[in-house]
Amino acid sequence: MALKKDYEDIPGTLVFDADRGREGYHLNQFCISLRLQKNRDAFNADEGAYLDRYPMTAEQRQAVVDRDWNRLLELGGNIYYTSKLGANDGITFQQLAGLMTGMGNEAYRKMMVEGGRSPEGNRYQHEWDEEGET
Amino acid sequence: MARITAGVGCSHVPAIGAAMDLGKTGEPYWAPCFAGFEKSREWIKEADPDVVFLVYNDHCTVFDASFIPTFALGCAAEFAPADEGWGPRPVPVVRNHQVMASHVAQSLILDEFDITIMNEMEVDHGLTVPLSLMFGNLGVDDEWPCLVIPLCVNVVQYPAPTGNRCYNLGKAIRRAVESFDEDLNVVIFGTGGMSHQLQYKRAGLINKEWDIQFMDRLTSDPVGLSQTPHVEYLREAGSEGVELVMWHIMRGALDDEVEEVHRHYHVPASNTAVGHIILANKKDLGVSI
Ligand SMILES: [Fe+2]
Repeated sequence: MALKKDYEDIPGTLVFDADRGREGYHLNQFCISLRLQKNRDAFNADEGAYLDRYPMTAEQRQAVVDRDWNRLLELGGNIYYTSKLGANDGITFQQLAGLMTGMGNEAYRKMMVEGGRSPEGNRYQHEWDEEGET
Repeated sequence: MARITAGVGCSHVPAIGAAMDLGKTGEPYWAPCFAGFEKSREWIKEADPDVVFLVYNDHCTVFDASFIPTFALGCAAEFAPADEGWGPRPVPVVRNHQVMASHVAQSLILDEFDITIMNEMEVDHGLTVPLSLMFGNLGVDDEWPCLVIPLCVNVVQYPAPTGNRCYNLGKAIRRAVESFDEDLNVVIFGTGGMSHQLQYKRAGLINKEWDIQFMDRLTSDPVGLSQTPHVEYLREAGSEGVELVMWHIMRGALDDEVEEVHRHYHVPASNTAVGHIILANKKDLGVSI
C-alpha cells in the first residue's frame, strides 16, 4: 500500500521526498560536486565534458545548461544542491528565489523586507487555482 | 557529573554568516537582526559552558546524496569549516570533547537511538553561524571559547525525524551527559528555522504568527508542540521550516520546568525569519559549576 503524501496539495512547493531523491540522484551529485574549486574550474572550462561524467537524464542535463531553476526542482533536484550551481554562477539563495518565483530580484527582496510572503491564500493548491480563475 | 543547564534555539541562515564575515552587521538591513544577540553574548559569557552540544543540519555540503544518516554524531577531534561553494567561512576550527562524544555515542545507541558515528567531518553554516551569533566575530587564528559536540540531523530529504522522536532523543542525550563523570557545564543548541521557504514558486513564505506560537509553546507546552505533524511545518512554516524539529531535541534535553531568559525575532535575513530563544532550567538559574 502506498504511503499517503499529505504534502502534495501545498501550492508552489516541491517536497524533496524519497521519490524525488531517487529521480534526482545524479543531478544532485553533479550539483554538489561544484562546491569544490577544482570541480568548478573543470566545469567552467568545459560544461559539456564535465556533465558527461554524470549519467543524468537528457531533460535534467538540458535544465542545467539552461539554468532553468524551477525545472531542475521538478526533475528531482533539491534547492540545497541546485544552490551549488547557483553559487558557481555567483547567484545567491535570495537571487535564486527571485528567479524561481518569477518576481525578479528587486520585487522579491522588497517583499522579504516587508515581512515576506503571507501564508494567507498560500496554504492549499485550490487557493492558487481559484486565484487563477478570477 | 556533567549537566545540561540551558538550551539555545537559534536560526542558522547562511547570509548571517556572510554578513559577519564581510563586516556588514552595522548596515541598516542587518543591524536589527544582530541587535537581538547582544544580550545573548553577555548571557553565554556569564553561563560559561565547558561544552556546547550543537544540533544542526548539513545543507548538502558534507553529506552528499550517496548516504543520508538521520542522526550523525561528530566524534572526530576537530571539524573544519567547509567550502559551500563560496570558500570556507573564515572562522576558527571547531574542537570536540572527543572523550565525551564517544561516551554519548555509546550511551545513545544502548538507549536505542541508532546514530551514525562521524570520525571525519567538516561542518557548514548550520553549525558555524549559531556559534558566530553567540560568541561574536572570531577569525581563523582564534579559538571558540568552548568545546563543541555536533549532532547532525537530516532535515533535507523528507521525512525528517518526527518531533516526537527528536524530543525523546533530547531526553536520551540528557541521560548520556549526566552519566559522564567529568564535572562539566553543558549548553545545548537546537538550530535552524524559523519559517522559510527557499524553493520553487512559493519561495519567501514567512509565518510570524506560527513562529511566535512555536516559541511560546517551548515553555508552556513542549510535549504538545513536539507532536506537530510534518505537514504543518511544510504548509505553515515553509518547506525549509521543517528544520524546527531540531529545536525539540534541545527542549527535550532540558527540565520540564524552564524559564525563558531571552527571545529575539526578526524578519528577514535573506529569505528567512530569524528566531532565537534562551531557556534555562529553573533550578539552574544563576548557578554555574
Ligand atoms: Fe538549515
